[in-house]
Amino acid sequence: MKKVRIGAAQGFYGDTIEPAVATAKKGDVQYICFDALAELTMAILKKDQMKNEKAGYTKDISLQMKALLPYVREKGIKLLTNAGGINPEGAQQEIIRVAEELGMDDLKVAVVTGDNVLHRIDEFQDRGISLNHLETDQPIETVKDKLVFANAYIGARPIVKALESGADIVVTGRTTDTAQFLAPLIHEFGWGEEEWDRLASGVFMGHLLECSAQSTGGNFSGNWWEIEGFDRIGYPIAEFSENGDFTVSKVEDRGGLVTVDTVKEQMLYEIHDPANYITPDVVVDITNVQLENTGPNKVKVTGTRGKPRPETLKVVMGYENGYTGQVMVGFSWPDPLKKARKVDEIIRKQIKQRGLDYDEVRTDFVGYNSLHGPLAHEYEEDLNEIYLRMAVRAKTKKEAAKFSRLFPPLALNGPPTMSGFTGNTAPRALIGMWSALIPRELVEDHIQIKNVEVSAIG
Amino acid sequence: MASVQLKDVAQARAGDKGNKVNIGLFAPDEEWFERFKSQVTPERVKDHFKGLVKGDVVRYELPNIHAFNFVLTEALDGGGSSSIRMDNLGKCFGANLLRMEINVSKEVRKEEKR
Repeated sequence: MKKVRIGAAQGFYGDTIEPAVATAKKGDVQYICFDALAELTMAILKKDQMKNEKAGYTKDISLQMKALLPYVREKGIKLLTNAGGINPEGAQQEIIRVAEELGMDDLKVAVVTGDNVLHRIDEFQDRGISLNHLETDQPIETVKDKLVFANAYIGARPIVKALESGADIVVTGRTTDTAQFLAPLIHEFGWGEEEWDRLASGVFMGHLLECSAQSTGGNFSGNWWEIEGFDRIGYPIAEFSENGDFTVSKVEDRGGLVTVDTVKEQMLYEIHDPANYITPDVVVDITNVQLENTGPNKVKVTGTRGKPRPETLKVVMGYENGYTGQVMVGFSWPDPLKKARKVDEIIRKQIKQRGLDYDEVRTDFVGYNSLHGPLAHEYEEDLNEIYLRMAVRAKTKKEAAKFSRLFPPLALNGPPTMSGFTGNTAPRALIGMWSALIPRELVEDHIQIKNVEVSAIG
Repeated sequence: MASVQLKDVAQARAGDKGNKVNIGLFAPDEEWFERFKSQVTPERVKDHFKGLVKGDVVRYELPNIHAFNFVLTEALDGGGSSSIRMDNLGKCFGANLLRMEINVSKEVRKEEKR
């Protein structure tokens, strides 16, 4: 039976490329797939592009290509990535630049565009499409003037077309994370549009691989201390059979652990209804999936089922939602928590005295309750130290910037032993997320695939 | 009766989407799955997360892997890029759920491995 081997390269913008290089060297894979975009990432990339119109894709693509292109040349491995973000064509140009720098020729780099719908909001509304918030049903008008990006999640089919046109590398904008992994399977096995169970299994494989080490022992909540080699962890590799079954593994001499226990934690990650995991390609049902340890660092996955794909695509939009300013300062024994609480009280009084206009003032005690909030247990013992972290929500950057300036004087004017001041942090823009559904053909009619061939220079 | 903290018997991982957080809770076997099923109810989880989660909690069951998926709505102070919380992506919600205690018979408490 024909098999396809696919390696995961990236779980988020900022991930390390080292494990993917090991996979390229020793993983015997035909495809290496990247998931560069979290919901938050589009907001970051939009900020980049507002400063420089050539930016807007994930900057680490240069490094990734430099590291992996030699294996594309030697072994014919193909690379698929949604690193294009807000500017997929910019990403394509950057890949070509790196390829030329490496003296490569006979390389085809394809770009898929059409996911960006920011300029089409009026058109959609004119067609009578509701862009009301998917969860709250609030009207789009509440944020329309403040939108900074709007991208539809597109599926694997355009990536498949790019592969059919002979592309070695396919870069896209907001294609789904799982589409990167599904596309090679459709291309290799020639699956039809309605082979729902197989398509679903392909998406589910992508889901298990898209967060890199989260299925090879990273973030494992079980006996994590027994996992060896976190320092050189291996990223997951899937061997996919034509019948829809697949096995997850990793490069043998890399660290980490692939067992039913590590894989199942990733199974539900960012999933809502497990019988209806909606993607543009297929609706996936994982409530009959079976996981089986079939060898050291090998888990076989069977039983994924699929249902027809939805008639709509999800559009995620980001809108400007004010600014935050934040500060962190430490206090030492004795009574560090008491001191931090006093400073919280002082700062809140000063905010009122100065008439600073904040929509929210938030206080956390780092080392005590900053991660668990009201669920943190009360301390019974004396503490060595505590950090006070305060953050505000402001309408303007200027107002947010005023916040951190309240703190330095307290080094002399407040309770004793304030220390470990990490400096004034610049205010950060807050981006609200707005999701809506639109008929898929409105987006799909605008999808374009552009192939560029790199030829050797000098 | 004795009580067991979920941390000592279960695995959990949380993820975010918009202003929602989901938590996968994994029982070690079918017996524990049944115990979780009767005691780790969506109502109890909602109550457990009081102060962090404003909306409702929905529970999905996956007997095939002895797991539950909890979806917590209005859980992230507006969502990852809009929140001013330290844990703006809800990464620690799984650990938070593992603080919960459930009732077991004294015999089970003794058998417990860790």
